[in-house]
Amino acid sequence: MKFAVVVFPGSNCDHDAYYAAKHVLGQEAVFVWHKDARLGGADAVILPGGFAHGDYLRTGAIARFSPVMAEVQAFAAAGGPVVGICNGFQVLLEVGLLPGAMLRNRSLKFQCEHVYTRVEQTDTPLTLACQAGQVLHLPIAHGDGNYYAEPDVLAQLERNRQVVFRYATRDGQVTDVANPNGSANNIAGLCSEARNVVGLMPHPERACELAVGSADGLALFESVVKSVAGLRTVA
Amino acid sequence: MTDWAVIERHGLTRDEYARIVSALGRDPRPTELGIFSVMWSEHCSYKSSRVHLKTLPTTGRLVLQGPGENAGAIDIGDGLAAVFKIESHNHPSFIEPYQGAATGVGGIIRDIFTMGARPIALLNSLRFGPLDDPQVRRVFAGVVAGIAGYGNSMGIPTVGGEVNIDETYAGNPLVNVFCLGIARTEEIVLAAASGAGNPVYYVGAKTGRDGIHGATMASTEFDDRSAEKRPAVQVGDPFMEKLLLEACLEVIATDTLVGIQDMGAAGLTCSTSEMGSRGAAGIQIDVALVPQREDGMTPYEIMLSESQERMLLVVKRGREAEVERIFGKWDLHAVRIGEVTTDGRMRVLSDGEVVADIPNRALTDDAPLYNRPIAEPAYLRDAQALSFAGMAAATPSEAFRQLLAAPSIASKHWVYRQYDHMVRTNTLVFPGMGAAVVRVKGTARALAMSVDGNARFVYLDPRAGTQLAVAEAARNVACTGAVPVGATNCLNFGNPERPEIMWQFAKAVEGIGVACRALDIPITGGNVSLYNETDGQAILPTPVIGVVGVLDQADRVLGRVFRSEGDVIVLLGEGHGELGGSEYLKTAHGAVLGRPPVLVLERERALQRLLVEAAAARVTRSAHDCAEGGLAITLAECCFDAGIGAEVSVPLSAGATPAAFADLATLFGESASRVIVSTAPARAQDLVRMAAAANVPAQLIGRTGGDRIRIVVEGRTLIDESLDEAEQVWSTAIEKYFVRPRAIA
Amino acid sequence: MRARVFVTLKPSVFDPQGTTVADALHTLGYPEVTDVRQGKYFELEIKAASADEARRIASEVSDKLLANPVIESYRIEVADQEEGGR
Repeated sequence: MKFAVVVFPGSNCDHDAYYAAKHVLGQEAVFVWHKDARLGGADAVILPGGFAHGDYLRTGAIARFSPVMAEVQAFAAAGGPVVGICNGFQVLLEVGLLPGAMLRNRSLKFQCEHVYTRVEQTDTPLTLACQAGQVLHLPIAHGDGNYYAEPDVLAQLERNRQVVFRYATRDGQVTDVANPNGSANNIAGLCSEARNVVGLMPHPERACELAVGSADGLALFESVVKSVAGLRTVA
Repeated sequence: MTDWAVIERHGLTRDEYARIVSALGRDPRPTELGIFSVMWSEHCSYKSSRVHLKTLPTTGRLVLQGPGENAGAIDIGDGLAAVFKIESHNHPSFIEPYQGAATGVGGIIRDIFTMGARPIALLNSLRFGPLDDPQVRRVFAGVVAGIAGYGNSMGIPTVGGEVNIDETYAGNPLVNVFCLGIARTEEIVLAAASGAGNPVYYVGAKTGRDGIHGATMASTEFDDRSAEKRPAVQVGDPFMEKLLLEACLEVIATDTLVGIQDMGAAGLTCSTSEMGSRGAAGIQIDVALVPQREDGMTPYEIMLSESQERMLLVVKRGREAEVERIFGKWDLHAVRIGEVTTDGRMRVLSDGEVVADIPNRALTDDAPLYNRPIAEPAYLRDAQALSFAGMAAATPSEAFRQLLAAPSIASKHWVYRQYDHMVRTNTLVFPGMGAAVVRVKGTARALAMSVDGNARFVYLDPRAGTQLAVAEAARNVACTGAVPVGATNCLNFGNPERPEIMWQFAKAVEGIGVACRALDIPITGGNVSLYNETDGQAILPTPVIGVVGVLDQADRVLGRVFRSEGDVIVLLGEGHGELGGSEYLKTAHGAVLGRPPVLVLERERALQRLLVEAAAARVTRSAHDCAEGGLAITLAECCFDAGIGAEVSVPLSAGATPAAFADLATLFGESASRVIVSTAPARAQDLVRMAAAANVPAQLIGRTGGDRIRIVVEGRTLIDESLDEAEQVWSTAIEKYFVRPRAIA
Repeated sequence: MRARVFVTLKPSVFDPQGTTVADALHTLGYPEVTDVRQGKYFELEIKAASADEARRIASEVSDKLLANPVIESYRIEVADQEEGGR
């Protein structure tokens, strides 16, 4: 299958997502420049981490207007899997493909460290190959990962099972101490109502090989492959 | 009429002015005076240091590029080169910590990608005053945030470094930033202009009035509004630099450039004259064509501006369209501002009118060269005489805790947690775990790097102290299993016009040369920062050495922590109970006294070779060098972050230390060329055999395991601490200064 | 025409930066400053025929880009000449 990795000016983790998809997972992967209006026949789209437009104004605020985003929205509307990682998640929030917004971490500092994330839902393209309740050791690296949504929006997200990942302890307890940035309800990642658009703050592409600290991110990429294979079978 | 006041304001002596008149054959025009003042400043010309730096070893089998370019380059195999350098941004970081540090990072990154190398790692060496001073804390926090802000935004991981504290840095913090990049050896581009008629292009941010300090010709311009017009501090734009990096690397990969240089210190002036000088050519530019951010800028201001994120390119004639197209893709303006000439002169026009016409050589090769007077400092003899009379020895346990909490030793987690140290998915050894190690994708190799420099040792004996600094940086690299292959240095000193400071500098450079030659590590480039003093009080002389090593098999990499319970702990090297210049003396007694530890370079060399060999043979499972705090602290650090305790037994090694301090000397003495390694029990004898063959002393001193840190000396248990409690002291010491405990919601 | 746009966090949104500033002020000896909310300020130079048109444009760009409606609200001031002093 083919992954399309969108590149905004200022994206940094595009290379890492590409490397994970192509060299670790052995799938096809292409870069899509933000000014392109075509996704090149991709089966899945990744909006990678980084500092699109320097994070100026607000994280993801300017990237959402890139020409490629119209195509990404159409792709999502047609049911295609879209994964937003870190800055990519922020772009999905700004463009409205996912509800809510990101605030500055409550520590007011950028934080780069490994955290534990619990998988809450396994019926999304990013978690199909996971077990419910599975705890993944994944890195975070962000200054604005403090998820916020108005109370009624939050309630609806919970009701609809749209919270896909939560920050937790190593043995899966969702506590405040395990919450690195103050995110509401320890939310580390969400999906859309139709469940094909998923955004998360942790970086699975940085956790695909033990040599760099953890291989727990592989299962997320494998989920996308599995999900696309499933879609193909159905089609 | 010569206005000496103006000339003095430009930082030029009467002598220097006379040389300018001689070089030009006339009095300089105002813009020319400005140009000479920056090019002949200490910072750009190295006039006080060149005569000493010339003595350093800069060649070697693997050296592709030595000093003289924007960065040095070492062949690392597979057709690739490691391009690296260290630079300082000290004074700006005191004035505006965040932006000073941020623009320092920006500057060194540009030096790397201007050579055609993609930056893949950043390190930094930071020095501050004692943290109980709120002003110091403000500077510390600002500097760390600035480094994080810029480096993270660029997507280049900050993978390691060091932080040291001393009173002398309170008003003169040091911010030294190291950057390393990878290039294909045949794609390295140099910064030289050549080929008459080739167009000269300006790319990047628009030019403003940033960084034009003090000196100005038109004193009539000064009024209340002038201060507001001239920001003393440059503000970095990492987004702009990220675009510039990508666009420049794309352009460099095509065949369209003759040369490229970044505009750093002395902006357009420096890049124009240096590129012309290196290519033995001339460059002519018209400042009216330079993109400007503000109205009414004079040629003087445009030439002296230090606006960030700008590059100067020499393009092959006929290839302009390709270059413009690539920069256009990244929404960057590439503007033709001039061309290469054959007359070896730097000519600046303003809308066609000549405002500067200077032979390049006068600005670069023929800049003043001083052999400043040196004199052994008055403090030296007394400081070297270490007497313990009147000192009350701390108990080993007290000293242990004190040292764990000393900011120079304590965990720097609060710092590096703010740095994205994982982006690019190359980091094999994380910050705080030893020398940083990043893999080189597409090969089986990895690169290890470390920045080190014990300033107390240099203060007490500059020639010996810098040898120890080189040895320490190389040893840290060797601990990971990598072979040290090249070095860069950042020499931070006080006022060179004072003979005692110049003496420190001269001796320090000698020491670097001695150690680099003995260890076969060439210096490929570096930086000098002088005048780091306030009210006649200079900083400790602080040479920071950055060493880069190559690990042929990335999967053999070692870190500092113990890997399992029941492993055998081996001490390589020998202790001689040397407390001179130690962290113990400083922390427990407030003293910087004695002589630095003795270093026998042949022994150091043998030790480093053994470390590499043992790692490659998978005989060792961890390696950590003994530095500040000596054996006891090093052992504790091997346990921290591992959750594995240790129990060791060592002989007394007090050397010449009086009996009352003998135990402390054994535990906390900082004798050189020592490393604590761990091995699986089945491989311990292999290591002993290898060490014997290498003539390196090796003692099996104990085992890993349990939840305590226990050190027995000659049958007496001197340290017996809970691992958790000790780690708590170590991990919270710095954090305590900055984080208020948060009430859990 | 110059339009000034003041963007602030909605009252319900926790503002850790504002809280930190308030704490710092207390440390500096200003207990009478009981709360601080941090926001953003934009100055827009707009070519418009009237203050109303400038306001309309400023409002549109604020909705589209300058403010994030999930967490921020804004207000606009329009002046057609530069006020004295900077």
